[in-house]
Parts: sequence; structure tokens; C-alpha cells
Amino acid sequence: MNDWMHVSVEKCMHCGACAGTCPENAVYLQEVVLEFNDSCTRCGRCVKVCPVGAITMGAKRK
Amino acid sequence: MKTDYDVIVVGAGPAGSMTAHHAAKKGARVLMIEKRQEIGSSLRCAEGISRKGLEKAGISIDKRWISAEMKGAKIVSPHGHVFRIDESHAGDEVGLVLERHRFDKYLAERAAKAGTEIRLKTAATGVIKEGKVVKGITGKSFGEPFKLTAGCVVGADGYESQVGRWAGLDTTLKMSDVTSCFQYRLTGIKSEPDFCEFIIGSVAPGGYAWIFPKGGDTANVGMGVLASKLKKPGDVKMYIDKWIRSDPRLSCGQPLEALGAAVSVSPPVEKSIADGILLVGDAARVIDSITGGGIANGCIMGLLAGQVLGDCAQAKDFSEAAMKRYEKLWRDELENKLYRNWMAKEKLITMTDEQLDGVVETLAGCDITEMNVYNILAALKVKMPELVKEFEQYI
Repeated sequence: MNDWMHVSVEKCMHCGACAGTCPENAVYLQEVVLEFNDSCTRCGRCVKVCPVGAITMGAKRK
Repeated sequence: MKTDYDVIVVGAGPAGSMTAHHAAKKGARVLMIEKRQEIGSSLRCAEGISRKGLEKAGISIDKRWISAEMKGAKIVSPHGHVFRIDESHAGDEVGLVLERHRFDKYLAERAAKAGTEIRLKTAATGVIKEGKVVKGITGKSFGEPFKLTAGCVVGADGYESQVGRWAGLDTTLKMSDVTSCFQYRLTGIKSEPDFCEFIIGSVAPGGYAWIFPKGGDTANVGMGVLASKLKKPGDVKMYIDKWIRSDPRLSCGQPLEALGAAVSVSPPVEKSIADGILLVGDAARVIDSITGGGIANGCIMGLLAGQVLGDCAQAKDFSEAAMKRYEKLWRDELENKLYRNWMAKEKLITMTDEQLDGVVETLAGCDITEMNVYNILAALKVKMPELVKEFEQYI
């Protein structure tokens, strides 16, 4: 997980909409686990395309 | 366990299984991997397909994976105009509603019978390259990392389309070429059990809502909204819930299943092959931009890919030049139609509810006997030529 993107495990339906929309290939869906890597540029496309609003972009945690 | 194959297919959806089947049939040593623990599950599909599409892919209809046969289809405009075709067949675009978990397994069974090895809960995590040539994949199988070599890696990984991007093929989508979707399997509803229904307009901005019957009083009730038209996170679920509440035929139903998904409504990829890599199905962005249908296109592509890869295996040559025939074959079959429908979509998404009312009203007065996008556009070319001006050469 990178430092900015937050996934609500309660909302996520593991559909992969975010993964296919990411221009950097920074989101990865392994069955039910969504992972972001450091290639993420915080463009926000995954946030927008998620049908249930499970992804939020926050401030850097550290 | 073997570590070298002629062809490794990543993804056991319809396009992957078709590719594996036809390559193995020609004697290629084929491995197909699937990251999930079950082929055909969980569902991410509205399950509509045309008889003609299956026929073109050489798949004979088997009752075991048919959920419901349609008698017709209807398009409903924002203010309730209905364009309806009562036919023994609903036409090219939707004639059958599948049982995808059985359909996908059936195609995988055929691939296995032809000699394909299948591994489940096995995901690719990257491609191995020597210079610019793809030589295999890295991945994890039940959590254990592995490396496999192959003459050709086939990206059949659907919407997510990561294999192609690892290999350097561009599958990136614009936000105006993505629809965000949500679907319920609703039971106890009062819509027509043998009619596929498409509802267009601001109920689903830039997309449409659908009711695809699944037998009895159950149906796939879903909606796609163009991502570039979404304002707040999670809007799609909000839109579909609002629509279902407003339609008394649906609001009396109860859900059996819910799913989210994204569907590409873009032109196909610029390039579907490179040395040691080939893309099929959604991974090559061959979903129809108007209907959102992609199963038949994926199957046709898989058939062509498998045949070409079988020949490549016999010649032991998986270079881009050797696979060029595949790129030509699928473009000849699908490309014009995909472009035409993408351009039609680009036009449709700019239209107001009142304009869409006019289109559906016009269609209702036309003598169209079979519902498909071509027939609809051809009728509009006569009645509303300004609407199709930008892409009339394709009609």
C-alpha cells in the first residue's frame, strides 16, 4: 500500500474497475485484496471509477 | 511441474479459454492460469449475447449455459417512448442471456480436452523480458512465487489488462471511454420475462440501464454511467438505487447478488501484438461502445488467436512478424464496427433527454425487424442524417 490511497474494505467489491483504469498500473487486485504501489501519481481516476466509492485519496500518512 | 510452454494464457475467461483451446488443438503446449479459485466466478457481467456472435466464434448453443432465451428487445427513452421489436429472435445484439459461471467453465472444459493445462489461484505478477522480447511470466501460485518461460504470453486478463502494459502495449483508457457499472440480480420483479430492456437518458448519464431476464421473475438489473460524467465517488450505486426505487416493477424485488465493474467503451488497442506477447478480448479493448457487449468479440478473437498461435508453435516462431496475421484477421472481422459504434457513442453522450426522446420516437416509426446497432444507425441515417454525419461512411 502506498501512503495516500485508502481503500474501505467494507465497501470494496473487488471488481477491478480501479485496476484497469489506472494509467500507471499502480493498483493491483489479487482476488479480494487491493494493493497500490509507489508508481501512483494520485491522478484520482480510481477514486472516480469505483462504483461504490471505496477508494479515497488522503494526505500522506508519514 | 513443467516450467516451459509454447503459450501461457493469463486469464481463464471466454477469450482466454478460446485461445487456449484452439492453440492446444493445433498441438501447442498450452498453460492457462487464473488468479481466482473458480473459473466463471464471481460474476462481472450482464450476460447478454447474440446467437450470431456465438455462431461466428464456432460455439454451438448448449442448454446447460443458457439462462433465458429472448423473444425481443426494447429501448425506452427518458420520457417513456418505447422502441420495441417483437421477434422470435431479438436480433444480433442480444438474443440469449447466459449463465456465465457455466459458460466460462464449458469453454475451459473444451480447452482442457484439447490438452490445455490449467492452474487456479495462480496470478501473473510481471512479464520476463530479454531486450524487448517477452520470454515468460513471473507470478504466484497459492502464494508461492514462480517463473515460467513461454514462446508467447497471452494477455487475456480482461478489463484490468495488466499483462499488456507490463509488456509495453498501451491499453490506457480515457475517462470518457470508461463506464462504471453496478448490477443487482433482482428476484420478484414484474418486468417482461423474455424481453431485454435498455433504458437511456439522464437516468444513467452517458450510459444506459438494463434489465436482462434470467428466467422466471428474476433478472440482471444494472446500470453503466460514463466515468467522465461522474461527480462524486460512489455515484453509480446512488444512480442505480434511485432508478430502482422509481420503477414500481423493480422496487418490489429483492437482490440475490450485487456486483460492481468497469467496462471500456473505447476504440480497440492500436497494437495487440509484439514479440512474444499477444492480447485478446477486453484486454485488447474490443468491447462494443454502444452495447457494452464483449463476450462474442472476445470469443472470436480467441478463436483467431488460438489458430495463429497453433501455427506459430509448429513453426517455433512467436515473433511479431509471425503473429501479424492474427492482428489482420481480427481487425478485418471487428475493427470497422468497433470504430463506428465508438463514434456513435461519442455522439450519443452529448445528447439531451429531449433529443433522445426524438431518436427513440423516430425508431419506433421505422420498419426495423431485427434489433442491432447497424439497423438502428441505418434507419437514423435516413430519418435523422445530421445525427450520424460524422461516421456515415461506416453505415
